[in-house]
Amino acid sequence: MSQILHLLLDLSVIAILLGGIQRFNSPVSARFGNRLASLALALGVVLALWRAGTAHPLLLAAATLAGAAVGWRLAMRVTMVQIPAMVAFQHGAGGLAAALVAYVELGVAGQGALDAGRLSGLAGLLIGAATFSGSMIAAAKLSGRVRPTPLILPGHGTATAAVLVVSLVAGTWALRISPEALLVPAALLAAAGGALFAVRIGGADMPVLISFLNATAGLAAAACGIILKDRLLIAFGATVAASGSILTRVMCHAMNRRTAKVFAGHQGEVNWRPFDMFHKAQAAPVDSPPPAAAPAPKPATDPLPAAVAALEAARRIVIVPGYGMALAQAQFNVASLAARWTAIGKSVKFAIHPVAGRMPGHMHVLLAEADVDYDLLHEMDAVNPELGDTDVVLVVGACDVVNPAAVQTEGTPISGMPILEAHLARTVIVCNLDRQPGYSGVANLLYDDPKTILLLGDAQQTTASLLAAFAPQ
Amino acid sequence: MTDLFFALVVFAVSFAIGDRLIRRVPPMLHTPLMSMTNAISAVVILGALALLATDRAPGQQALIAAAVAAAAFNIVGGFAITGRMLRMFRSEGAAQRSDGA
Repeated sequence: MSQILHLLLDLSVIAILLGGIQRFNSPVSARFGNRLASLALALGVVLALWRAGTAHPLLLAAATLAGAAVGWRLAMRVTMVQIPAMVAFQHGAGGLAAALVAYVELGVAGQGALDAGRLSGLAGLLIGAATFSGSMIAAAKLSGRVRPTPLILPGHGTATAAVLVVSLVAGTWALRISPEALLVPAALLAAAGGALFAVRIGGADMPVLISFLNATAGLAAAACGIILKDRLLIAFGATVAASGSILTRVMCHAMNRRTAKVFAGHQGEVNWRPFDMFHKAQAAPVDSPPPAAAPAPKPATDPLPAAVAALEAARRIVIVPGYGMALAQAQFNVASLAARWTAIGKSVKFAIHPVAGRMPGHMHVLLAEADVDYDLLHEMDAVNPELGDTDVVLVVGACDVVNPAAVQTEGTPISGMPILEAHLARTVIVCNLDRQPGYSGVANLLYDDPKTILLLGDAQQTTASLLAAFAPQ
Repeated sequence: MTDLFFALVVFAVSFAIGDRLIRRVPPMLHTPLMSMTNAISAVVILGALALLATDRAPGQQALIAAAVAAAAFNIVGGFAITGRMLRMFRSEGAAQRSDGA
């Protein structure tokens, strides 16, 4: 009888969780959805304590309070430009927690036959460890503590695969023969494998990596659920794994690159120098590969008046934001420009490429943080058909996502990637730092187009000068 | 063996339902979705709680406590940042449309 009761309780909690996720289809209902999901977690904790109690109440309370306090503080202070690094860091914490739980449970279980439960526990340990290290590398790259350019070691791909295979073999051996001696080395090897994997992924591919780590964190939790025979763990972990895998595929699809190729990492030359990786990222906001050409000489005439004239005459304006806008912290000026233009009767839309920013949906929260009405935020597929009728496209801190080379040139890293077809508009104004190629290293054909006006320099200043030209009378 | 079978059924069904639901999340909400699912993945705290239900040696206590702290960090931090992000999304246009409807 009580078996059925517990099953019903579990199913109710899972239903509440799924109800929360289901409400994530609009910003307003999503707030309630978030609260529902947190309720499901809270009920799960209450159920666990009610069913089994605890032998170490003080320790539990202290650890929970410590983690919760730090988590709360960080959540309230982080800015949207720091969000990708924070989410990556949190994936790391999740992976670590799963690895620790799996490790203790395997130690308790001792040595013995390789049954499904213990193998799942091993999976939880190894996936958790690799998720932890991969996430920490991702977080370091995203926060600028480690250079975001991909690091390529000699024999990188083979080394990564070898390390992961040895870790799996050592772990399986440990389960059969000697858990105490071999589980830790196996976990450390898995962590090394995760680090090697992540270190080769460069800045613009971060959205894929973070989405993938989201999935592996969920997978590690589900694996722990199998060895611990906990339905909630399995269900919650599986749901998260599904979410992460969808986002991973969406990101790769948006770059028109196969997931396997993205994970193979940057195909370049070995560029490892001892301890070089730990030099802080330079202050310059460009994280592209080494410069391809010297910057073009400054134009003889100031392009600003032409830009202002084009904008004044424009009825329909589309703004294309990119990561460079966030780095220059220009999103607030851009938001003000959009508001100003809307107030004087122009139609203003933001066109957001799926892989703009450093994680899926990054541009949207950056603009929401700057108080842009979310009704103005549109996806690439919705806006592209309208760009032919658009008077001005204003590109701010974006390069590859509007580069016509993606559709006009074969054989480049971005060939075949769907782009925002800014080149179809009547006038294009580009507020980028310089004429350097974007992350892909492919020169941007838009820069040479006669209809393009280049307002080069710090985007915060160029947008400020545009804002000054449109100051209310 | 049946235990494993049911565990895999739970996994597969949850994965399938999750897949269905998450496909409907608009790209605009992908970042809050990721921070929320990250908080959900810290459900592994239930595993740590199960381990703490019985007496543990000090070494194990330390490891489990670290797991609890990390998971609590994710849960509280993840849901808090998701809520904060969602509150940033404002729209007069959408509000007017829903008032008129």
